[in-house]
Amino acid sequence: MTVEVLSGNHAQSEAVRLARVQVVSAYPITPQTTVVEGIAEFVASGRFPTQFVKVESEHSALQVCVSASALGARTYTATSSQGLLLMHELLHWAAGMRAPIVMGVVNRAVAPPWALGADHTDTFSQRDTGWIQLYAENNQEVLDMVLEAYRLAEDPAVRLPVMVAEDAFYLSHTVEPVDVPAQEAVDAFLPPRQGHAILRPGEPSRLGSFTSPEDYVLFRHELAAAADRVVPTLGEVEGDFARRFGRSLGGTVVPYRCEGADAVLVTLGTASTPARATVDALRSEGKKVGLLKLRLLRPFPESELRAALRGVGAVGVFDRAYTFGAAGAVATETRAALYGERERPALTSFVGGVGGREVTPSLVRRVFDHLLRGPEEGIVWSDLEPHRELETHG
Amino acid sequence: MARLTIPKEELLRPGHAACPGCGPALAVRLLLKGLGARTIVSIPASCWTVIAGTYPSSALGVPVLDTPIESTGASISGLRAAADALGLEGLTVVGLAGDGGTADIGLQALSGMLERRTDAIYVMYDNEAYMNTGIQRSGATPLGAWTTTTPVSASARGKAEPKKDVMSIVLAHRPAYAATANPSFPEDLVAKAEKARAVHGARFLHLFTPCPPGWKFDSADSVAMGRLATETGLFPLYEVEDGRLKITRRYSRLKPVGEYLSRQGRYSHLTPQEVDAVQAEVLRGWVGLLRREAEAGPAHDAPSASLLTR
Repeated sequence: MTVEVLSGNHAQSEAVRLARVQVVSAYPITPQTTVVEGIAEFVASGRFPTQFVKVESEHSALQVCVSASALGARTYTATSSQGLLLMHELLHWAAGMRAPIVMGVVNRAVAPPWALGADHTDTFSQRDTGWIQLYAENNQEVLDMVLEAYRLAEDPAVRLPVMVAEDAFYLSHTVEPVDVPAQEAVDAFLPPRQGHAILRPGEPSRLGSFTSPEDYVLFRHELAAAADRVVPTLGEVEGDFARRFGRSLGGTVVPYRCEGADAVLVTLGTASTPARATVDALRSEGKKVGLLKLRLLRPFPESELRAALRGVGAVGVFDRAYTFGAAGAVATETRAALYGERERPALTSFVGGVGGREVTPSLVRRVFDHLLRGPEEGIVWSDLEPHRELETHG
Repeated sequence: MARLTIPKEELLRPGHAACPGCGPALAVRLLLKGLGARTIVSIPASCWTVIAGTYPSSALGVPVLDTPIESTGASISGLRAAADALGLEGLTVVGLAGDGGTADIGLQALSGMLERRTDAIYVMYDNEAYMNTGIQRSGATPLGAWTTTTPVSASARGKAEPKKDVMSIVLAHRPAYAATANPSFPEDLVAKAEKARAVHGARFLHLFTPCPPGWKFDSADSVAMGRLATETGLFPLYEVEDGRLKITRRYSRLKPVGEYLSRQGRYSHLTPQEVDAVQAEVLRGWVGLLRREAEAGPAHDAPSASLLTR
């Protein structure tokens, strides 16, 4: 193991090399480009003997991965924003064909208007495609999650594709010290993909053929059952990772100082870092607040989230995107998850950091102030009017 | 007695779901005889999605991967990359797309695959419209043809634009091998498939595949319709290897194009003048092909250094 100073994007490239990915295919889009530039450098230097197919669109990039995966290859692609949207049709194909592809997604605002900053609208809008979605808070998590993602995706109980999402620029272009494990240690954790080739030369077979309604529902139900096995399988994978590498990503939801909290804020991605600092500051002032970092958005870790929020008076959900006509996407998911609880906390949807706006400790402090004022439902656009007291809309 | 040159092995099995007289079914039956069993086929949404049968059966004696309609060029790139990465030796990677999936929505992925010199064979089976969805015009529908989206009325004369020249687009990418073929000339089709299999690099086959329900002719006449298309010069048979074009079915005299058009309901509205216009276009195309064949020679391959400024 060595410590290297890596951007989130180069943490992706390093992980892809360490995972001995056999087929990489990608199309450039800001701010994903340095992921694939890093891979291209590895290939050119002879350090990474992969088939790197430089395609003419993101749609083709994912098709290359789907087709290569059908023959049994371990595959990777990376994209962002518009590129992910262009892949939408193939996202369904990948999951439906049970292709264990891993994709790095740099979360970026969706046009129009053009914007490059961090925003979760791109991945949130792909929630129904059957992909597992993991979100990183820092660059170490990016590297670790990509390695775990292959174990999870290729596990016979799961066989689903995984997105490893990182926020644009806050992670993609910010360097941090990252523990890069030794190749032998990664090889022991992640053996070559085996037994997953669906199509084999010389054996007549077909993947994706036309089905009757009677058969179609069976395929969809199998997909749903596989999604249900993601949370326990991820737990096993993380347990093994922690034993081997001495660090843990902490499960699907990661509580921080939630004991006896009056108000808990649910976060995703890099917003968790200023939120954690703010929780420390408020706790030192005697305010009972906590943080719940969500790492897995699909499948949604309902029971883990319920357990973590049980007994909390006020819950805020901080979303770096808005689901039009509803609320923040994580807020709507959280609200749905809490419906089965006997005692349901008040839930406020905070929409903030949209399009790459900075999520500062003072913004998080205002969010907590709002929550501590008392149970109140609604949606707050916390980026707006930062100098005035926040008002509740809706 | 002449030796039979067409392999006996049948990789299109009984029980497929093609219409009677289906050109694409016959073309692929012959194609696979030339390509052999160590082939993997990528099929986008098209007639062949249906012809190959419904889950859990398959009418093809080779592995088949289904994809969305626009993906073929990318899909065969992925299959090739995986075959190389996994060391699957001697595997022939084939994309089998319709004219709509190639000339229209799949053109970008095709161009990408050709530009990358992908070691695979892209096959366009051309029945000259979106037949699987019910006869809507594609870029490959010929001038004047009736389709459900190019109806005929007092003011509308079928498709108003000429057929897209996909072969020229393909040849602009300088593929390792490209050829036109027609199941009504089975020896020629099988020979080209065998040749395509032996060559490495990006390869392209344009197969002419008559469609009885789409073109409105009797299903017993499919082979005759294919023969007429070539004998009239409307669909000439040729191949291009390393930039050299060679006509593989040569005629000193072509049959009048009216013999072909008059036997199809999709052209039944054409006036003699409109038939004459098609005839003139066919002759222009044939003369152009002869010229391109004559131009291709050793001099064409070796540009002289004297062309450079000093």
